[in-house]
Amino acid sequence: MSLPHDPARRRLLATGALTLAFHIGPAWPQGGDKRAGKQGDKQANKLPGSLDKEPWLDAWIRIDADNRVTVFTGKAELGQGIKTALLQVAAEELQVAPARITLVTADTGRTPDEGYTAGSHSMQDSGTALRHAAAEVRTILTSMAAQRLQVPVASLTLADGMLTAADGRRVTYGELLEGRQLHRRADGKATPREARLHTVAGKALRRVDIPAKVGGGIAYVHDLRLPKMVHARVVRPPAPGARLLGVDTAAVARLPGVLKVVRDGRFLAVIADGEYRAVKAAAALAAAARWETPATLPAQLSLRDQVLSQSAQALPILERGTAPTGGRTLRATFTRPFQLHGAIGPSCAIARFDAGRYTVWTHSQGVFPLRAALAELLGVDEETVRCIHAEGSGCYGHNGADDVAADAALLARAFPGRPVRVQWMREDEHGWEPLGPGMVATVEATLDARGAIAWWNYEVWSPSHNTRPGKAGNLLAATHLARPFTPPPAKPIPQPEGSGDRNAIPYYVLPQARVVHHFQPHSFLRTSALRSLGAYCNVFAIESFMDELAQAANADPVAFRLRHLDDPRALEVVRLAASRFGWDGYRAGPRRARGFAFARYKNLAAYCAIALEVEVARETGFARITRAVAAVDCGEVVNPDGVRNQIEGGIVQSASWTLLEQVRFDQTQVLTRDWAAYPILRFNQVPERIEVHLVDRPGMPFLGTGEASQGPAAAALANAMAGACKVRLRDLPLDRARVRGTQLSGGQG
Amino acid sequence: MSTYRLQVNGREHAVDTDPDTPLLYVLRNDLQLNGAKFGCGLGQCGSCTVLLDGASALSCLVPVSLVGRRPVRTVEGLGSAAAPGAVQRAFIEEQAAQCGYCIAGMIMRATALLEREPAPSEERIRSHMALNLCRCGTHMRILRAVRRAAQLLRAEAPKGER
Repeated sequence: MSLPHDPARRRLLATGALTLAFHIGPAWPQGGDKRAGKQGDKQANKLPGSLDKEPWLDAWIRIDADNRVTVFTGKAELGQGIKTALLQVAAEELQVAPARITLVTADTGRTPDEGYTAGSHSMQDSGTALRHAAAEVRTILTSMAAQRLQVPVASLTLADGMLTAADGRRVTYGELLEGRQLHRRADGKATPREARLHTVAGKALRRVDIPAKVGGGIAYVHDLRLPKMVHARVVRPPAPGARLLGVDTAAVARLPGVLKVVRDGRFLAVIADGEYRAVKAAAALAAAARWETPATLPAQLSLRDQVLSQSAQALPILERGTAPTGGRTLRATFTRPFQLHGAIGPSCAIARFDAGRYTVWTHSQGVFPLRAALAELLGVDEETVRCIHAEGSGCYGHNGADDVAADAALLARAFPGRPVRVQWMREDEHGWEPLGPGMVATVEATLDARGAIAWWNYEVWSPSHNTRPGKAGNLLAATHLARPFTPPPAKPIPQPEGSGDRNAIPYYVLPQARVVHHFQPHSFLRTSALRSLGAYCNVFAIESFMDELAQAANADPVAFRLRHLDDPRALEVVRLAASRFGWDGYRAGPRRARGFAFARYKNLAAYCAIALEVEVARETGFARITRAVAAVDCGEVVNPDGVRNQIEGGIVQSASWTLLEQVRFDQTQVLTRDWAAYPILRFNQVPERIEVHLVDRPGMPFLGTGEASQGPAAAALANAMAGACKVRLRDLPLDRARVRGTQLSGGQG
Repeated sequence: MSTYRLQVNGREHAVDTDPDTPLLYVLRNDLQLNGAKFGCGLGQCGSCTVLLDGASALSCLVPVSLVGRRPVRTVEGLGSAAAPGAVQRAFIEEQAAQCGYCIAGMIMRATALLEREPAPSEERIRSHMALNLCRCGTHMRILRAVRRAAQLLRAEAPKGER
């Protein structure tokens, strides 16, 4: 690994804060693959996926005497179908019908610690671990059966957890184990079943969670009703910097059903015997509180100036060669506003404090890190806190889930013995969730005489995309207490995954290039992980600019990309998306144009190319995708419909971000507090048709796919709109006002 | 506190609650029905959609005291996870959910349309469903599910009602 030249970076490296943060040079452009190979040499004994962290087989798989199988994962269902895919992996390797397997997800009391369910890692981490653990369990049990039945292993047939000898004698997994478990460390040597033999993995299996969701079953933490449960609401300050001057709690305490009014610093809440009574009491408490609201947010500058006003550390992440002389140089600046996760169901948690122990039901993405943060917040030992995941509304990153769990835990402490349910109101969610950061990217590139990119210089400025708990100071309520916790210093996520710089290094062949991440540790708004992190903005910027370069080189945008790619898997998805869209024979109808974009998520996960068509009414500014075609290579596909659902959903969600969404604020507070002020895509604006074509790679490693389409969808949309408007828009969102503005700034309509 | 007699999913329930309590909270907490969801409390997202006298209604905005004798239907009234009704079946068959939080509201809004218009056009479906928000981007599948539900309902309807 080459050492950095930047002194600030050298200091960071010396302190260990950014150990292995940078992988420069030869690892690019197929950083993921080569990195895995290098690490593989060093870590020959590393067990696959999360097995390396939790090697005990019975931590993953347990089998009852009656042959019922329970499979454990430290990952959580976030509404993306991961439970079903993990079930398929386990069922395939164990050769047990999926219906006889119970899957237990993230629970600090029961499952392995797999950190956060985030970053499209679940199949790579947990799917890989389960595949190998289950293969090993199957291998061990098959040997035991051979011994029991006194026949060779190869003569046994296995079906649905039962091993049968040639003479018809049979024994089940459960009978072999007789209620004992395989409490031994995985050796990682068992061979998973060959992909061509698969009957469950790689095949369509309906999502196991959907029937309860359409049938009114108990599907979410919001639906849990515990005996003697009470309801609470929190009254937040009107603004992040607001100071509580005084509050008369006595009148609120006398309202019907109010059990307790809680005040600790500027953390205010009510606990009541009924949910709507808590809502009404919270409104009364809010009215009774007197606040002073200083201006802590920047004045109404452009988003670019607001973002750039924050202090930054320059972290070069790619330095290859220097700018050549000559050629034609283009420059552009792109911006992305602060954006919301905007879960449809506001965050919710239930906590109970009983006999010195806390139990918290939460839709956090990381029950183990949350437990650590709650223990610090409550001043108790981690062992006395149990966090159990229950599904929430789709979060798409670090939203209010952990914060509301902290609210519930604090209120449970204030009201021991009774489960306390807290659900945020809409204005809490819109006003207080950590935001997807505002970002600025500048790019400069030089085309040589042949129209190839001879120099690439990219810089991106961004606040933190990772302020998840682990520490109490990352929990909103903890910062409002009379003795507040301070958020720990934000740190960038190192390359190759990156955070603000995720996908900031293009996947293209660039002989001379420089990429700098300007990491901003302190933002004037609270920010954290939103689906795909910086990749959304970086791919939007890079792929928009690739079109600008193609135009300058008089090249077709798809052909221009193909010329700058050398990874055969990338070439294949680009060609596939283009051909299925009908790129070459495309003829634009009135007000319509096409756009293309490609990225490999994190430069090491799924490959995704998107071709789409938009229709734009410049006089009203209304734009919509008419048709989108995606081609995806995510290695071996476990649940094809699940992958399609993720890509389709990602395209629609990214279209919403790209066409409509920005958080607005004044100098004291966030103003976009409901769906009227912060609109998202509705049915009248969704595409007519989306096609997803999968390049299946049986036997190849799983590549995370949950975030793969966010960036390419945004860029393809921007490229198509540039064609339809004859003017390029570089500031997100590409909303009605900006589209209408293109009529004034030139171009033929 | 007053007592209200509500007709919910074909059964009468007596509920003791404050008159201004929105129907949503009564359904979820007093009657323990999970289908209708709290999304915004402002009538902006449709997660709480139920049928009130056959028409779609936002249960987060309707005080229980104004429901009267009008029949209320929720997703539980259409069928269960084990025995789903036609519209629910269509959503399962199309795998029309990601997180699914919005789905019960989608199903009820679609039901309100299909019970009045058995064969709506694509444009009609889109404009009718536009009030309900989905954050996961499941819209394409939801639209397919509504079209499939229309077919299933027409196939189930006795002759003469088609």
